[in-house]
Amino acid sequence: MKFDESFLKRKTAELRLSIVEMITKAGSGHPGGSLSAVDLLAVLYYCVMNIRPENPKWENRDRFILSKGHAAPAIYSILSDIGFFPKKELSTLRRIGSILQGHPDMRRVPGIDISTGSLGQGLSVAVGMAIAGKLDKKNYGVYALLGDGELQEGQVWEAAMAASHYKLDNLMIAVDNNGLQIDGRLEEVMSPYPIEDKFRAFGWKTRPIDGHNFSEIFDAWEWARSSNDGKPSAIIAKTVKGKGVYFMENVVDFHGKAPTKEEGKDASVKLKEALDKMNP
Amino acid sequence: MTELKATRDAYGEALVEIGENNDNIVVLDADLSASTKTAKFRKCFPDRFLNIGIAEQNLINVAAGLSTCGKIVFASSFALFATGRPWEQIRNTVAYSNLNVKIVASHGGISVGADGSSHQSLEDIAIMRAIPNMKVIVPCDANESHNAVLAAAAAPGPFYIRLGREKVPMITDPKHKFRVGKAEALRDGDDVTIIACGMMVDAALKAADILEKDGLKASVIDMHTIKPVDTETIMKYARKTGCIVTAEEHSIIGGLGGAVCEFLSENHPVPVYRIGTRDCFGQSGEPALLLKEYNMTPENICKGAKKVIKMKK
Repeated sequence: MKFDESFLKRKTAELRLSIVEMITKAGSGHPGGSLSAVDLLAVLYYCVMNIRPENPKWENRDRFILSKGHAAPAIYSILSDIGFFPKKELSTLRRIGSILQGHPDMRRVPGIDISTGSLGQGLSVAVGMAIAGKLDKKNYGVYALLGDGELQEGQVWEAAMAASHYKLDNLMIAVDNNGLQIDGRLEEVMSPYPIEDKFRAFGWKTRPIDGHNFSEIFDAWEWARSSNDGKPSAIIAKTVKGKGVYFMENVVDFHGKAPTKEEGKDASVKLKEALDKMNP
Repeated sequence: MTELKATRDAYGEALVEIGENNDNIVVLDADLSASTKTAKFRKCFPDRFLNIGIAEQNLINVAAGLSTCGKIVFASSFALFATGRPWEQIRNTVAYSNLNVKIVASHGGISVGADGSSHQSLEDIAIMRAIPNMKVIVPCDANESHNAVLAAAAAPGPFYIRLGREKVPMITDPKHKFRVGKAEALRDGDDVTIIACGMMVDAALKAADILEKDGLKASVIDMHTIKPVDTETIMKYARKTGCIVTAEEHSIIGGLGGAVCEFLSENHPVPVYRIGTRDCFGQSGEPALLLKEYNMTPENICKGAKKVIKMKK
């Protein structure tokens, strides 16, 4: 699909509504980081990646790794919307027997390419997939979304080193730089800054963007996927934690806390009102 | 004279053999390819060998990523660094999703010798065995090592194969079919059963010889697969001899001895004595002297055997 800003605007509002409803019903989960990441993911899934919902294991598909696995509600809402599994599953999030575990499980959810949840591991997996693509002379791209707090894990930098060592220009990542982690602001807990300089020092090319500006996001993913210079690409996306739900924006507490029933209802009403004002 | 060969040497040869027949075999190492013997594969198939450098957590997850794209991935380092450093990567990414990653590690046990405690892996069997989906194999000789590697390549899902640094005597027949989870009875006797793995199988056979001189007949079991452990064989010999000695180059906590005791205590309690390091670290020294220092010789196995024989009455 081509880039369509008004489509994305409406779609991401729907996805936000879905994320809030899912987490409210579950009574637990990570709304903040799901809402900060959803615009980056929506552009990727609706406009960039080459995938087939009717054939989730299609061998030439682009791969995606949600390294910040706690943003599971964001990816679940997208995968169900594009037809990987029925939307009714969304109401089972975090319940016993559900395919939708608290963190993504590749054996349960069609469209999840690797199970994640423990931070710092996704980029290494992406490196393995990208090497496999090179070995098999396939054209698929490997995309990953990392959290900013996650950059505190040393393994991320082991993987960053390997990605440039093996010249993986088929590997593209975005860092969801919402600036907050469970215990507070990144700078207070353990600063990973300057993020761009670090990736560049490891042999990557980087691009800073506004992670809620659709055309900037689209241009960045296109910039990353069209390169064949032997360098992996890192998009450093400035985002707002809890984006789109007025009482969650930039509130640390909503990293890993579900809204109450009342808060959830309030958020849903506001998101629906916003949707109603948009042209269908 | 018995032929001596290290299990890690057989691994290197087996990799080349399976690499020739299957383009999907990919081998990763963490800067120890000369010691783990993956260098043999590197020489034959440089495109399918990837050095990950001294970064074992990355090693395991790069292997995981490759495996999701249809590769059969062998990832090697020393036993301590291949299991201890990336334990959570193995647990959460490889085993949880039942990925086709074979962790084959050399330098297991105290016979690593002079490098000392930092390189002597005495807990790896326990920590690998505790992970669901993981299969754990400790071959007793080079033939078994070769055949175990072939079996692991052919079977889906994660494996941990633990190899040694030292040359060890050939015990098994190279043509004997290796069956994952099916122990080999090497000696038959009614007084006591010695269940061993790795290089301690040879010590167990020597112990059986010594016991015979004292008029005691020992059964000796090569329990190459610690997980899934062969409960049928354990039960058969617990019933037959009424007492058991386990012998492994590992802590007595959580390894082969642990596996045998867990099964027997729930199903057919008999006296068991465990040979292995007794909740302690190793130290530098010659392998043979270390085995003596930590009470892991054939003589120690005999003492354990006499103890459990007395207990069963």
